[in-house]
Amino acid sequence: MSGINYSEKIPNNVNLSDDRTLQRALEQWQPNFINWWDDMGPDGSTNMDVYLRTAVSVDPQGWAQFGHVKMRDYRWGIFLNPGQDDRTIHFGDHKGEKVWNDVPGEYRANLRRIIVTQGDTEPASVEQQRHLGGTAPSLYDLRNLFQINVEEGRHLWAMVYLLHKHFGRDGREEADALLQRNSGDQDNPRILGAFNEETPDWLSFFMFTYFTDRDGKFQLCALAESSFEPLARTTKFMLTEEAHHMFVGESGISRTIQRTCQVMNELKTDDVNKLRAAGVIDLPTIQRYLNFHFSVTIDLFGADESSNAATFYSTGIKGRYEETKRDDDHVLKDRTYPVLELKDGQLVQKEVPMLNALNEVLRDDYIKDSVGGVERWNKVITKAGIDFQLRVPHKAFNRNIGALAGANVTPAGEVVSEAEWRLRVGEWMPGTEDRAFIASLMHRVVEPGKYANWIAPPAVGINRQDANFEYVRFN
Amino acid sequence: MTTSSPEASSAVFEQHVIDPEICIRCNTCEATCPIGAITHDDNNYVVDADKCNACMACIAPCPTGSIDNWRTMLRDKAYSLDEQLGWEELPEQQVIEAAAAQACAAANGSGDTGNASAPVVHTGTMAMSATVPPWSAATPYTQLFGPKAAQPVAMAKVVGNQRVTEAAAHGAEDNDTHHVVLDFGDTPMPLLEGQSIGIIAPGADGKGRPHQPRQYSIASARNGERPGYNNASITVKRVLQDHNGNAVRGVASNYVCDLQVGDTVQVVGPFGASFLMPNHPGSHIVMICTGTGSAPMRAMTEWRRREAKTGKFADSQLLLFFGARSKTELPYFGPLQKLPTSLITTHLALSRESNQPKRYVQDAMLEQAAALLPLLTNPNAYFYVCGLKAMEAGVLHALEHICTQNGLDWPNISAEMKAKGRLHLETY
Ligand SMILES: Cc1cc2nc3c(=O)[nH]c(=O)nc-3n(C[C@H](O)[C@H](O)[C@H](O)COP(=O)(O)OP(=O)(O)OC[C@H]3O[C@@H](n4cnc5c(N)ncnc54)[C@H](O)[C@@H]3O)c2cc1C
Ligand code: SF4
Ligand code: SF4
Repeated sequence: MSGINYSEKIPNNVNLSDDRTLQRALEQWQPNFINWWDDMGPDGSTNMDVYLRTAVSVDPQGWAQFGHVKMRDYRWGIFLNPGQDDRTIHFGDHKGEKVWNDVPGEYRANLRRIIVTQGDTEPASVEQQRHLGGTAPSLYDLRNLFQINVEEGRHLWAMVYLLHKHFGRDGREEADALLQRNSGDQDNPRILGAFNEETPDWLSFFMFTYFTDRDGKFQLCALAESSFEPLARTTKFMLTEEAHHMFVGESGISRTIQRTCQVMNELKTDDVNKLRAAGVIDLPTIQRYLNFHFSVTIDLFGADESSNAATFYSTGIKGRYEETKRDDDHVLKDRTYPVLELKDGQLVQKEVPMLNALNEVLRDDYIKDSVGGVERWNKVITKAGIDFQLRVPHKAFNRNIGALAGANVTPAGEVVSEAEWRLRVGEWMPGTEDRAFIASLMHRVVEPGKYANWIAPPAVGINRQDANFEYVRFN
Repeated sequence: MTTSSPEASSAVFEQHVIDPEICIRCNTCEATCPIGAITHDDNNYVVDADKCNACMACIAPCPTGSIDNWRTMLRDKAYSLDEQLGWEELPEQQVIEAAAAQACAAANGSGDTGNASAPVVHTGTMAMSATVPPWSAATPYTQLFGPKAAQPVAMAKVVGNQRVTEAAAHGAEDNDTHHVVLDFGDTPMPLLEGQSIGIIAPGADGKGRPHQPRQYSIASARNGERPGYNNASITVKRVLQDHNGNAVRGVASNYVCDLQVGDTVQVVGPFGASFLMPNHPGSHIVMICTGTGSAPMRAMTEWRRREAKTGKFADSQLLLFFGARSKTELPYFGPLQKLPTSLITTHLALSRESNQPKRYVQDAMLEQAAALLPLLTNPNAYFYVCGLKAMEAGVLHALEHICTQNGLDWPNISAEMKAKGRLHLETY
């Protein structure tokens, strides 16, 4: 390759043009990234011009430049939020000391593991979503999918930058491996289970961006507290992009619900068969998808009791969500936290040392945030005058990680026998028939201003564009 | 809230509010706001009216657009934090009392905000618009006629009504824009380029009340459509659809387009005290418009044309960016072609001309970045944007883009332009 004009091609605020070593490392990695994008990125999109938002700097003016771009030419930049000179570590055993700008030797392995795990999720989502472009319900939605894809790509760059800059040869190897693992690959899968699940249809995609990208938000928030300054500053900037992903999920489901309610009112029915025949997604099906995605996602927070979590916190590598806003001692040595377990066929709470329960703390913060959005979906239903409410399932429902793994708990929180669970699981989670029905609705709509029958148009256009704006141009 | 003087207590301002139905509570705005004006509880994200200085830093990063909402409010009636935290949806824009609005206009030298008789449309970007006129603007008269004035309406006689766009494919009424000349006889009606008047259509609305006046920009120069006569022209487009594309016949625009010579019309106004042209030698004018937004531009151009013989403006540039779907929809296209290039440089942007790629005003502006760049920082250059609301964001983005591409700080420049009366937006 002929070399890159760094400030133009890779917008950055890390002085890339002055750092020869880093340049060389990225020059080796970049062609592999492009190859990966060509092989595993959005299917058949190479010639499309997409109305994308590109960040060219971290200030409010620089980070939202809109224009039609080919995704392959997207300027994947490297950005760190501006640092504060005098920041001190604000939690854990090193509380009060100066933050680290270099990796402390003793925490090297843990920090690397965290960065790799986070980094692995980014290309994974692109891979999971690569076939969705073929069934986008509108140009607007197609553009949002692609915007998410390029931003996941940028998040990968962000993590690769940290690995290259701060972890020497190990870092370079880990960065290469990020492009070698593939979602759902039998031999070389992605690190976290949820990222090996398929995203087969747009309902799943919206659920994924609502629930699973929100996991991203909480993980990034916890990392943004890190004592390792480059990690904290990188993840802070990533958060502003993650917000768009959650928006796509929240508004996507909301628009789906809105359309369903509209047809329910037109046909004056809540009969699932009649609604399906009318080509909209009935609310019970939405509830089942919600149950599935919520339960799979809360597993991502890890085991309820974890000594790793305690170590990450005490050593200052990963804080809690909104660490600075909490008014406790930020050391947590003598605190406890309630976690759920199954005992003699009953769900019971037990108090465990808080440091060991930090995964659970983050999961609970996440749950609260998720519930808020589900309530906003319910407002759409209420506003349409329909008597139905979506509910987030019980925390113990369908868990595969931690103390609750394998417990047979209904969405309402009732413990049932294995046999009953098997018998009734179709009531609670999408079955083959649901998935086939959803698949039957997935047809590509590409006329500007038009939407698939199962989804309502958005309330506002991207960057306030007109309703019939050409968000994607096919060449 | 600190409200020391009576003027301050009744001042009208743009309150920054967040749409709770669209906001996803992602915290981006709170993390972005440089002065901590945004806060939240479990229910809502809200903006503190006492703190927010409308710097716009939070607008672009918000992924949903829910942050870009504004309500024209009386300072002492501003929505409190508690009120906003309880919202389930955004309240409608309230009609502001005329007396208070006028007190505000008197206090800050602007009559543009919150006329009770003619509600003004506001968007977030409007906060960038100057509320002061160029320093060399002539002194305007405002609200000589209206509910609070000694005389509620002025009567004008229609002395001309001419269609200025060609009939388009969809029938005679489609794309129908009229140039209407009104004569005020011996009723005093001093008008400046950039001001508007209100027209009250006869009859009553659905609730049996007289129609609200609708505003139309003056398309003629200060000394009349015909120099030396007490007359003025307006450019009115027949509204056949609402902003969502549903069929409706606009009350006032259809009434005006159908007027016959000899009919009499009820007029209120004048309105507007900041969208006014500079009059000092060497002052440049950049005009950016779509459709009937060309009316004030025609007025300013015509006044400069009439002044040309004085030689006062020999060093002044007039730059026009004019957007329409096709040539046939451009009002005044013929006369515009006849203006000498020594007077004005025109860039057309047509978005639906067959066999040609779509071009919007912002595209034309970006192409002309080299010409616009020096004007953005030239204290003698004044920018005017007028037309449909949808154009505003694109135009501002283009200006911003031209600045940032060239290493200039748009927030500073736009703030300076606003403070010096050099950037004026009027969209509807
Ligand atoms: C400061 C100012 C200056 C203006 N200058 C001009 C001017 O020079 N020439 C001109 O033609 N208009 C101008 N307007 C717009 C004008 O005041 C009216 O809004 C417009 O003519 C429609 O009024 P109406 O009574 O026909 O429609 P209404 O009966 O008020 O409205 C009918 C429907 O049309 C929608 N609507 C209102 N305005 C428009 C519009 N412009 N385009 C599409 N839909 C609309 C409304 O939402 C409503 O649903 C100006 C507005 C402002 C605020
Ligand atoms: S406009 Fe500026 S001051 Fe106001 S809330 Fe947004 S960022 Fe804060
Ligand atoms: S950035 Fe926008 S969507 Fe996010 S919390 Fe603020 S207003 Fe809501």
